[in-house]
Formats: sequence, structure tokens, C-alpha cells
Amino acid sequence: MSQSLSQTVSNTIKDSLHQLRSFHGGIKLKGKKSLSVQHPITSSEIPKEIVLPLSQHIGVPAEPVVKVGDKVLKGQLLGHAEGPVSAPVHASSSGTVTAIEERLVPHPSGLSALCVIIETDGYDQWQACTPLIGDHDHSHQSIETLGIEQITQQIANAGIVGLGGALYPSAAKLQTAEKMKTGTLIINAAECEPYITCDDALMRSRPEEIILGILLIKKVVGAKKCLIGIEDNKPEAYETLQKTIRGYERTLSSHSEAIIEVIQVPTIYPAGGEKQLIQMLTGKEVPTQGLPMDIGMICHNITTAAAVYQAVYRGEPLVSRIVTVTGGAVKEPQNMEVALGTTIRDVLNQAGLYEDKIDKIIMGGPMMGFALPAIDTPVTKATNCLLVSEPGELATPPPAMPCIRCGRCADSCPMSLLPQQMYWYAKARDLEKAQDYNIFDCIECGCCSYVCPSNIPLVQYFRYAKTEIWDDERERNKANIARERHEFRQERLEKARLAKAEAARLRKEKLAKKKAEDKKKAEQNAASGETKTPPSQSDLIKEAIARSKAKKAQQQTHRKNTENLTEAQQKQINSVNQRRRERNKLSQTESNDGDEQD
Amino acid sequence: MFLAQSSPFLKPALSVSKMMLMVILAMIPGILVATYVFGIGVLINIFLASAFALSLEAIMLYLRKRPIRVYIKDNSALVTAIIIGVALPALAPWWLTFIGVFFAIVVAKQLYGGIGYNAFNPAMVAYAILLIAFPAEMTTYWQTPAMLASQTGGQSLGLLETLNFQLFAQLPPDITLDALTSATPLDIVRTSVLNGSATISEIQALGNAFGHLGGIGTEWINLAFLAGGLFMLRKGLISWHIPISLLVTLGFLSLLFGSFELDSNPSPLFHLFSGATMLGAFFIATDPVTAATTPKGRIFYGAGIGALIYIIRTWGGYPDAIAFAVLIMNMCVPLLDSYTQPRVYGHSDEQTEEEHSDQESQ
Repeated sequence: MSQSLSQTVSNTIKDSLHQLRSFHGGIKLKGKKSLSVQHPITSSEIPKEIVLPLSQHIGVPAEPVVKVGDKVLKGQLLGHAEGPVSAPVHASSSGTVTAIEERLVPHPSGLSALCVIIETDGYDQWQACTPLIGDHDHSHQSIETLGIEQITQQIANAGIVGLGGALYPSAAKLQTAEKMKTGTLIINAAECEPYITCDDALMRSRPEEIILGILLIKKVVGAKKCLIGIEDNKPEAYETLQKTIRGYERTLSSHSEAIIEVIQVPTIYPAGGEKQLIQMLTGKEVPTQGLPMDIGMICHNITTAAAVYQAVYRGEPLVSRIVTVTGGAVKEPQNMEVALGTTIRDVLNQAGLYEDKIDKIIMGGPMMGFALPAIDTPVTKATNCLLVSEPGELATPPPAMPCIRCGRCADSCPMSLLPQQMYWYAKARDLEKAQDYNIFDCIECGCCSYVCPSNIPLVQYFRYAKTEIWDDERERNKANIARERHEFRQERLEKARLAKAEAARLRKEKLAKKKAEDKKKAEQNAASGETKTPPSQSDLIKEAIARSKAKKAQQQTHRKNTENLTEAQQKQINSVNQRRRERNKLSQTESNDGDEQD
Repeated sequence: MFLAQSSPFLKPALSVSKMMLMVILAMIPGILVATYVFGIGVLINIFLASAFALSLEAIMLYLRKRPIRVYIKDNSALVTAIIIGVALPALAPWWLTFIGVFFAIVVAKQLYGGIGYNAFNPAMVAYAILLIAFPAEMTTYWQTPAMLASQTGGQSLGLLETLNFQLFAQLPPDITLDALTSATPLDIVRTSVLNGSATISEIQALGNAFGHLGGIGTEWINLAFLAGGLFMLRKGLISWHIPISLLVTLGFLSLLFGSFELDSNPSPLFHLFSGATMLGAFFIATDPVTAATTPKGRIFYGAGIGALIYIIRTWGGYPDAIAFAVLIMNMCVPLLDSYTQPRVYGHSDEQTEEEHSDQESQ
């Protein structure tokens, strides 16, 4: 007891001693989080129809394994992962597959994608789940006994992806991390965007699941240290996590080291940016165009950890997620556990909307989310927040004024970029210069646009420039391939020509050599007193004729089916041969022409 | 149904119009003190300059087929006008103000493409042109500071008398211009020292140039502008880089040279609290459009202005030097910006340097 107390004290001291670095720039925003955070997490009603896109992750879409008319149970596999960077999709409620077709998905461009549509039966019946550890066995030993492969496989099968917004298949990330020998596991619980509180709600209501999920991830990547970064505007979640960790540590036999450190970071947007969080917690920077793994770190979102818990301890695949439904036009802002595939319209209706006050419907936060082109699209693994604003709550695109070069954008940029310069070049479509100013280091956090007194939509310009550069690159690649092909052909033709010339030269040489030899021999013979008569010209010719006759005879022996022909047959064959010869002649001239043209 | 708008959706924190309004607000204490020291002419200057600036801006926007209302509302012309109004001699005739504003708004700003596109600080272009074209009016129309007025016979002009002089060049019959005006402290010190007619201590003994900190009268104006500048710093309207580096450089140089020849070099405090130092440091050099934008670039920019102010004040042909110093440094801005790019997150120092050399070679 005394030992654990001293342990707690030392941990507290360590906590307070943990030196927090800051990142460049960033902005202070009004949180607006109190709107949705007051009530406990509610759950969404089972909708009549569920629309599950087969691509809710980065990478190759899942391949459907069900047919129209199939009865499916909740948690049943609908599409399996296709290739190493992909994730399976599971039924989020029980029912019947009524269609597998293109449907609108939540995407800024209003894209359609292949979806499995299920008509629910209302029973919400789970399939038999196969957890790796019993749901109530929270001991450390049971985690220790699991194999790394086993856990990764379970995570892969559960269709877990980066739920912080990256949507990268978690198992794939863990597998690479395992190979890279990660030293530090960073858990992102900053949740820095205004309005969003789904992570906060999760931490407060399911801290144990989170901690066990983190321990599982930590085991897989073999990290020595684990840091949870949480913004200091969530004191309750922070306390809850701390308490849970201390409680868990008490059950351990060895008190060597803190298993997980929770660290409060200042509430400055974008503290939850992966690169910014890593910089604050460790003082290290992720190299440009690199990954945290390059500096021995891996970053996962806190919601992902909870999903890992569910997969391992309950055997449940990822079929639901917590969505913050908030904004001035929502009657009851709240955090709702929503079955994936429920339409956004259903979710919003359940939370209640002031129909006459709806201004914008945004998926994600107000800084990095996007305005939904349609609300009859499903909630996916990416949907962390639905923000329905009332008029005047969010900005309407104001007319942009000329840039006054005030430099506020550069002051606020968390990547230390010069947005203003990038803007000039993006606007002038001087893409090379834009790249010189490191436009690809831009994380599109929106700080620069927010602080710009001239209301210039800077981020929009940067997105445009990036896509243009990618397009150009693709074009260039295409052109390169064509050029390479052409060059290769030229080279091949040249080689063939050279080979021909070389062969001709060799032949000539050989002939010349032979002639010389013959001459030499003749001279020798002459010198040695004609011991041997040289073969005369006529003899040589005779010999050659004999050789060719023998050869012909040999060939003829092979043409057995043309022997013993009747006269009529022979005639027929002759005429055919005649025709063939003519045709060959024709085609030869044609192909010669073709070659020249080519 | 939905407007195509991309993130971020939060309302912008600030607009150019609000920013400029805050700058004007921060200048009010300085303007009031200047009016007390140099008379009501300061306010008349500001009023005339503002009227000229807004009408010229509107005309130019109309000619350039730009939305007049949108651009007038950004308040930038007003800031330029107020700076010109404060910088001109308190008894400047109306046409001097008009010519100044004309060059600032029409030539230096609108002909270059309007707000955001001008390479040179419009107010300083105006000041420099006036100083070169009308040296007499620009240097001798300074009404004697209120603190000194009693020594010169206590003559000063009221509102109507000032107006009458500024608009129609008519003075009350019993008052001469010479009796009303006196050389500015900077002017006195420079001429005496350059001529070798008096040492610093002799000037001090005369009591017509030195106040408690800097120039008599002007020290209070400088203090008031300093207060306004600190307010802007606190509100985050300007960054510290330019004003601090400017003042530190000016102070350091005057300390350095002052310590060699105490008799011919006024103290650092005199340089910091005389002329338009504080106005220049906080309100003129910080003009976003024409200043350097990178943090390091801003420091070099401010330091350059500070050094030039000292050089021109001490060895140049003009008593004050803010305008020329700012204009010269305006020319250096593109160079400064391209050489002082900050290290981007995740880039090593060498990487950044390589990129720079790449850019140079391009």
C-alpha cells in the first residue's frame, strides 16, 4: 500500500515535471464544446435501412462477400479486405441485404460509391463473437499471454481504421510499426477542433476500455513509453483517465514504471494535429514527407484504442461509432453512438432540428470538416461530428480583399510555413515556386484562413495548388512513360541495325580469312612441292552441289504427306503455292512500307 | 441548396477594416497630445487630409472600376491620411496637405494597384516628396511648442485664426510667422552640431530644445504614441519585431556614438523621444503592406530603419529621417523576405539552406 502510494506520488511529480514544448503558431478558438458535452452518450435508433459503403478507409475498397437476399446478423462480414492496405466492412445490424449498388457517400464532391444496403429486421441480433480475452478479465497477464500476430489479426478482422480522421487501416499501421521498432506510443486525445466532444465523452464513460485498448496497441508495437496527449479544456476526462491508470497500476505486481502517462497540453488549435502533438509531447519533429515511425513513434487516436478493446475483449467488429451532433440548429446537442450506415438525416432527426434555422450541415469540425452536399448519406467510420449551424453562427464566404501582407497567416501557421507567399504563387499558378515554399508540408488546418483579415480562403488555394501539382505529375509520368517507350524502341531498332551490320562484317571477315587461308594453303602447298593437290574450283562446285542435293533429299524425307500424290492433288497444291507466293510478295511489300512509316 | 465553401467555416477573427480602425484608435492619444503641443492646426491637418484621401481614393477606385464602397470601408486611406496629418507641420497650408495626400493615395497607392499592392509606404512617399519639393514649408511652419510659447512672447493661434492661415495664408495683423514658429528640437540640435556653433551642453543651457527625456514638447507626443503602440502590441495588431528592433538599434547607435563625443551627440533618450520616432516605430514602419513579413525579416527591417534614422539624423541633410529610412527599407523587403524564410516544421537546417541556394540559382 505504502509502495503504491509512493508510486502515485512519484508519478504525479513526473507528470508535473514532464516538460511540455510548444509548437509554432496556432490559434485560440472558442471551444463551443459545452453544447454537446453535458449529457451522457445516447444511442441511435435502428434505422429501417442501413447503407454501408465498402470503402470507409484509405486504400482499396472491400470486396463484397454477400449477395442480394442474404440474411445477415450484426457484426457479420459484408466485404473482406482487399490487399494489405484495406479494411473489411461488417453489418451494423441484423437484416436482409436488399441491394449492392452505388449510393451517395459523405464526400465533399458528392461522390457515389459501392454500398451494401441492408433492410433491418429490428432485432439487432449479433452474430457469435470470438473475443481473445473474456470481457471481464482485465488482468495484465491475459494481455501478456496474447501473441502480437493474434492481436493484429483480430484488429484487422474487426475493420478498425484510424478513427481520428485519417482512416488508415490500423492493422496495417501496426504491422509496419512493429517492424520499425517504435519507442513511444502517442495516443491523441487532444480533440482540438471546436464543437467536437465525442472523444471527451468516450474518455469519461469508458476509460477502462480505452486503457486496455492502449495496452494492447502498446504491446503490438512494442513501445517502451506511452503518452496520452489531452487538451487542458477536458479536466474531467483527464482526471478519469488518470484514476483509471492508477487503479490499473495497483493491480500490477511490479511497480517499475508508469505504464501510461496522461499529459495535459494547452488548448491551442491545432494541438491535436499529429505533428503538433508529437512536438509538444516529445520536442521532436516528424521529418518532412516522413512518418512518426521515422523518429520511433506511432500515433493512434483514443477512439481507435476503444475500438481495439471491443475487438479483442468482445470480439465485436467496428460497427458503430460515437458522433457529436451539435450546432445552433440542433434541438438537443449530444453525443450519440450511431450504427454505421445510418443516414445522417436519421441521426439529425433523432437529435431534433430547428428546421427554419438550418444554415449549414458540416461533417467534422468547423476548421477541417466539409459541408455535406447531401444528408441522405450514411454515417461512416469517418463521421466524428455533425454540425448543423444556425444563420450567423459560421462564416458565409465573405468577399476576399487583397492580401495586405500582414503576416498573420505565417504567425499562426503550426508548420512555420509562409502561407502568404504560397498564396501568391498558387494564385499565379506558379506551382514550382509554391512547392519551393513547401506547400506539401501544409496540413490544411485552416489557421491561416481563420486569421486572415482579408478573408482570403488560403487553404482552398493550397488544396487547388496541391491537386494541380499532382495532376501535372501524373501527366508528366504519362509523358515520361511514352517517351521511355519511344526511346526504348529507337534503341531496339538501332541495336538490330548494328547487329545486322556486325553480322555482315563478321561474314565478310570470315570470308576474307578463309580466302587468305586458302591462299596461304595454296602457297604452302606450292612451297612444299605439291604433296597434295589443292581442290580445283570445279571440284569445289561439285562438292557444294552434292551437299545441297543431300540436304534436299533429307528435307524431302520429312515431307512424307506430299509424297505419292496424284496428279490432280499436285496441281491443286501447285496452284495453292502459287497463290501463297503472290500473297507473300504483296504482304512483304506492304510490311516494308509499314516499317518505313513506323 | 448548399454553397460550395470549404473549411474553415469559423467566422474570421478580424477584418482589414477593423484592424485599421484599431490602429486609428491607438493613435488618438498621440494626436491629442500633438494638438496640445503644436496647436489646433494638427487636427485641421488630419481633417483636411482625411477628406482629401477619402475623395481621392473614391475617384481612383471609380476610375479603376473597383467597388468603391468595399474598398473605402477598409479604412486604410484614413490611416494614411491621419499619419500625413500628424507628420505635417502644424501650420501647413491646405495645398501642402493636398499634394501630400495626392501623392500618397493616387500615386503611391492606387497607381500601384490599391491596397496590398503598393511597394512603398504611401504616407512616407508623400512626406518625402513634400520635404524635397517644399523644404521651407515643411521645416519652418512648426508652431512653437506650448511648453516654449511663454518664452517667445506667448503668441499662438486660435481655431479660426489657424484656419484662416492654413486656408488663406492670412495671419492676424499683429502676429508674424516668425513669432509663431520655431525650429524643432531635432533641427536645433542638428544645425548647431553640424555648424559647430554650440555643444550639446550649451544647447541644453539654452533650454529651447531639450525637455525631460527628448525634445521639448515632442517627448510627450512620443510618449503618447508609445502608449498607443503598446496597446496595439497587446491587442496583437502588430508584432513586436519591427518596433523593438527599430528602437533598440536607434538607441544602441546613439549610445555607441554618443559615448565617443558626448558634446556633439545627444543621448539615446533624445533620439527615442524626439521627432517622429515612436510614431514611426509603431505606426509607420509596421505598415503591413510595405514591411517585411518573416519574423527574422521584420527584425532586419526594423533594425535597418533604426540605423538609417540615426545616420540621416546625424550626418544627413534633414532633421528627421523616418520617411527616407522607411522608403529605403521598403526597397529591401523582397530581398529580406526571401533570405529570411523560417525553418519549416520537419525540415533540417541544411534542407532549408539547400532550398534557398536552389532558389537563388533559379
